[in-house]
Amino acid sequence: MASTASTYGARDHARAQDGRVAPTQPTVPSTSVPDPPAGVDAADVLWDETIGAGGYASRAVPVGTRVRLVDVDGDTCAGLLLHRADHPAERFNVADTVKLQWQAYPGPGYLLLSDMGRVLASVLTDTSACHDTFCGTSNRLDNAARYGDGSAHGPTPSGRDRFVVALAKHGLGERDVAPNLNLFTGVTVGPDGSITLLQGRTPAGAEVVLRAEMPLVVTVAAVPHRLDPRPSYTAGPVRITAWRGAPAGPDDPLRTATPESRRAYENTDEETRVNAAGEVVR
Amino acid sequence: MIVLHDEVVAARSPWTHRIAAGDHLRIVDLEGNQAVDFLAYVADDPVERYSAPDTIAAQGNIFLTTGTVLRTTRGRPMLTIVDDTCGRHDTVGGACSCESNTVRYGHHTRHQHACVENFLLGGAVHGLGKRDLQSNVNWFMNVPVEPDGTLGIVDGISAPGKHVELRAELDVVVVVSNCPQINNPCNGFHPTAVRMVVTRPAAG
Repeated sequence: MASTASTYGARDHARAQDGRVAPTQPTVPSTSVPDPPAGVDAADVLWDETIGAGGYASRAVPVGTRVRLVDVDGDTCAGLLLHRADHPAERFNVADTVKLQWQAYPGPGYLLLSDMGRVLASVLTDTSACHDTFCGTSNRLDNAARYGDGSAHGPTPSGRDRFVVALAKHGLGERDVAPNLNLFTGVTVGPDGSITLLQGRTPAGAEVVLRAEMPLVVTVAAVPHRLDPRPSYTAGPVRITAWRGAPAGPDDPLRTATPESRRAYENTDEETRVNAAGEVVR
Repeated sequence: MIVLHDEVVAARSPWTHRIAAGDHLRIVDLEGNQAVDFLAYVADDPVERYSAPDTIAAQGNIFLTTGTVLRTTRGRPMLTIVDDTCGRHDTVGGACSCESNTVRYGHHTRHQHACVENFLLGGAVHGLGKRDLQSNVNWFMNVPVEPDGTLGIVDGISAPGKHVELRAELDVVVVVSNCPQINNPCNGFHPTAVRMVVTRPAAG
């Protein structure tokens, strides 16, 4: 062990960490990922990162990017926010998403809509189909009550504080933390409006693959669902892997699935037009 | 009880008002089935504002009625529903916008007036902008969720003269859109005026 009493020793001490691997960290460079998704060339991987309980990750990705989120142990809750990268005042709007699709329970083919009537992302694959559009993420008061500590710097941080920090690094602030989507831990709503938490429904390795239909800032926080009754702060690892791709082409079935999806994609095309080869031409 | 403010808000228009902690706001659906889109901000720090998910999660129910505590984005009690002659209100369906109307109804609706226009106008009075808009309350609006997740705005359960009354737990600024929507039943396809009454309970 190098002595850290001198600048030279401290430098040697710091440099001795080179090559260490943590259980949760990004793969850098992302193209060195040892196990790219099936059919994906590692050279096209833009982002590969695993976050653990209380962790967050956030990246800007180009239009067309596929973003795969994996519930590694089948026991996590991945809070998701989407902002339009080139104009972040436009962002995922959960109310418009459920209202415009007449559907509160996301699944394959679901669209994640912005507050400007456009498609931010589409769900290409979903082997969980157990998600939550109603409850948002935890705050400090929630976690202080359930775990005894809700501080952002403590062992049981709230999802809200994770989002605040993640977005601040993009120059955004607390007011940009809109109501989020929760993946892998779902709820149902009864006829009387009551919320029921669905736990244990998502198998280990379940995945959601999103297609960015606009350039996005994708923000993910792995924090327990705020209604999770367990006294321990439980959120399994979430692996995020993203790779290059094209957005929905002119004949994509999601465009024509419903009148609402057709018009939402038409609105998207007015901003980000893609030619038949999948190239962004506007 | 002292009446601090009593105003009829015209159909289709925005309205904003500051309400002190302890004061009450009564919203009266004068002609029946008029959706009143509603946002609230902590007066001295509007970064903290009404949060639909915090409100839903805290009570374990998506419908708002007497006893519901409207919570902030940081989980604090903000407003409490102390009286409700309608029965239930929505906080899932959000506000109509010119842009979302095009998806729901067609591009021909782009230039129709919408709640987000009113929110932007009402918020601008306080220096608030687009980034400050979040999921709102829809007083007197009926949005059931079917067992398969199908959700929609259906015929209302309100009627002329029904009201909801809120007690402010903090000093708040409310921003309201008296909903101008004409493409779904939230206003009975005919937007009408509502009445806003702010009162202060007698000391004691």
